[in-house]
Amino acid sequence: MKDTSSTAFPHRHLLGIEGLSPLDIKALLDLADDQVEVSRQVEKKKTTLRGRTQINLFFEPSTRTQSSFEIAGKRLGADVMNMSVASSSVKKGETLIDTAATLNAMHPDLIIVRHHAAGAVHLLAQKVDCSVVNAGDGAHEHPTQALLDALTIRRNKGRIEGLTVAICGDILHSRVARSNMILLAAMGAHVRLVAPSTLLPPGIERLGFEMHTNMRDGLRDADIVMMLRLQRERMNGSFVPSVKEYFRFYGLDQEKLSYAKPDALVMHPGPMNRGVEISSDVADGAQSLIREQVEMGVAVRMAVLEALASHLPNR
Amino acid sequence: MTSDRPILFKNARLIDPASGREERGGLLVRDGVIEDVGPQVNAAADAEIVDCGGQVLSPGLIDMRAFIGEPGAAHRETLKSAGEAAAAGGVTTIVSMPDTNPVLDDPAIIDFVLRRARDTSIVNVRPAAALTKGLKGEEMAEIGLLQEAGAIAFTDGARSVTNAQVMRRALTYARDFDALIVHHVEDPDLVGQGVMNEGEFAARLGLPGIPREAETLMLERDIRLVRLTGGRYHAAMISCADSAEIVQAAKARGLPATCGVSINNLALNENDIGHYRTFFKLSPPLRHEEDRQAMIDALVDGIIDVIVSDHNPQDVETKRLPFAEAEDGAVGLETLLSAALRLVQAERISLPKLLRALSTRPAEILGLPGGRLRRGAPADLIVFDPETPYVLDKRQLRSLSKNTPFDEARLEGQVTVTMVAGRIVFDRRTVS
Repeated sequence: MKDTSSTAFPHRHLLGIEGLSPLDIKALLDLADDQVEVSRQVEKKKTTLRGRTQINLFFEPSTRTQSSFEIAGKRLGADVMNMSVASSSVKKGETLIDTAATLNAMHPDLIIVRHHAAGAVHLLAQKVDCSVVNAGDGAHEHPTQALLDALTIRRNKGRIEGLTVAICGDILHSRVARSNMILLAAMGAHVRLVAPSTLLPPGIERLGFEMHTNMRDGLRDADIVMMLRLQRERMNGSFVPSVKEYFRFYGLDQEKLSYAKPDALVMHPGPMNRGVEISSDVADGAQSLIREQVEMGVAVRMAVLEALASHLPNR
Repeated sequence: MTSDRPILFKNARLIDPASGREERGGLLVRDGVIEDVGPQVNAAADAEIVDCGGQVLSPGLIDMRAFIGEPGAAHRETLKSAGEAAAAGGVTTIVSMPDTNPVLDDPAIIDFVLRRARDTSIVNVRPAAALTKGLKGEEMAEIGLLQEAGAIAFTDGARSVTNAQVMRRALTYARDFDALIVHHVEDPDLVGQGVMNEGEFAARLGLPGIPREAETLMLERDIRLVRLTGGRYHAAMISCADSAEIVQAAKARGLPATCGVSINNLALNENDIGHYRTFFKLSPPLRHEEDRQAMIDALVDGIIDVIVSDHNPQDVETKRLPFAEAEDGAVGLETLLSAALRLVQAERISLPKLLRALSTRPAEILGLPGGRLRRGAPADLIVFDPETPYVLDKRQLRSLSKNTPFDEARLEGQVTVTMVAGRIVFDRRTVS
């Protein structure tokens, strides 16, 4: 199909969307399109990463992202090891840098890292010789999520440029929102942020995005409605008064979705809180891309791993 | 319904505090609204005539702060008894406080109060909902849903929100709904055991004092949070000169901040406590005469926007106690206008300006259509003679509770007729 070797990915790590050029993003999405086909055939195994060791280092629990990276690595032929915090020496008090040094001594080729602290993945990347992929650092970035969202949009709408994308909900605490804002803006989409003011980071108005505090204005004529998860501990009076009130004013139901374009598509990074940020009939409805996002997750992660393959150590 | 006969008020001294206009004339009411007003008003042939006999006709008073015992303490006051007291005092709209039992922090309870008021109260009742759940100052209440249910503002009533983070988030969140936050500005830690104004008089009575800083620190904090968040804010009551300075500076900066003052802090001072009279135990406390004068100055200058009754019915169980152990509060709906008219009689403020703080400004701050004599405005009106002298007898009060600080006081100015939504709900000519 496409020749991707000639446009080799110019980065050793994937730490965020920030720092990627529109060309880099396009190359990853093109590569991911090919991986979709791989995953849909009987023989899903490639040899790009044969002999390579991939460590999934998750300091925060994750089901979908971790399994998605695991499947992606295995389909490319890598040996994948999952290391979750529950069973690691971090529990025994080891610092992040010591953990990095310990793992580095085992000569891995790829480390996939999720950490609750913004910036932790960058710190770890400085201390190891292999490639590092950010699988989510605090409320900072989650680049593979933004890439899979972009891939899903592009495959359904045929483009990203010129689309109006409303990102709705807990933007304050969301790494998904930050990565998506950067990526979608870089690819020429018109990005809107829709949230109660308590869930918008103070100062974000200076970043140049269109902002709304009510869904009617925020969703008007949107092509894509991207919902974010609201964590349970933030629902009861601290950032928003209650689940009931949040759903009433910010939860995506059929009525609010009707403010968007008739062919608008609905996305959610998962895991969903049904009846909090999204109603079940919308989540499972004809306009929902939520299942497809999961499928694209594997393809995008395969593409990212493959793109980094040319930079891997231990040659 | 409102297919009643039209009513013509004639021979009136019309005072529209919204425009400051004062003239002789009449006013025609039809279907609950003002149909015509001015020097020449032609009566419909079938109109009922009310001859004002040269008395003042003005918009009814809007009281932004009244505690009512219903639900939960109906032995102190009900929506019905508060409505009767209000009508006799010229108050046509009461903003009720959420300090009830249960607390007004649930849309269903707001709905209950509104329905109960509709069925039993002869004046308008607009409930203010709790700002935080259970008035605990910890988690913000359902501001959006409560507003949809009919809450007109959000306040923790007699309590202050001490946690600045909670206040910041509430102001931030409320801004999205253009909701008004009303705050009792008093730092409870600085109040401590205090029961009256800190100073010479408290020292002599051997009572622990409440420093002015309990108010100014909280107010200053709030104003900084208003600046940070842009939320709409109203300091429920201020009581000292320093507070007026803080509000003045906030307004000069263009912040969406307003404030009120209790009629008690305009009409009384700490000396009125005399020998431990608990009906004068209030929050904020009665302060020094200099503070009272400063409050009047701030009112005249427009720094203080509104005057409230701070109506707070208490019974003998909560008041017939040693001063320090008694509850705060005084009834005030029925005496609000008479007590306020003292400032006019003392030539400290003009009558239109006083009425502005009692009707127009509250309406503007609350977003209500009343508070003005204008065609199309709701016919919430009062007729009163500002000079009728009388001595207040607390037994005559319509409130179920009689804890007035004006018992046996010589007052001037009494309401003759009160109209709410085009209906005459009080008429002293037929009451003797």
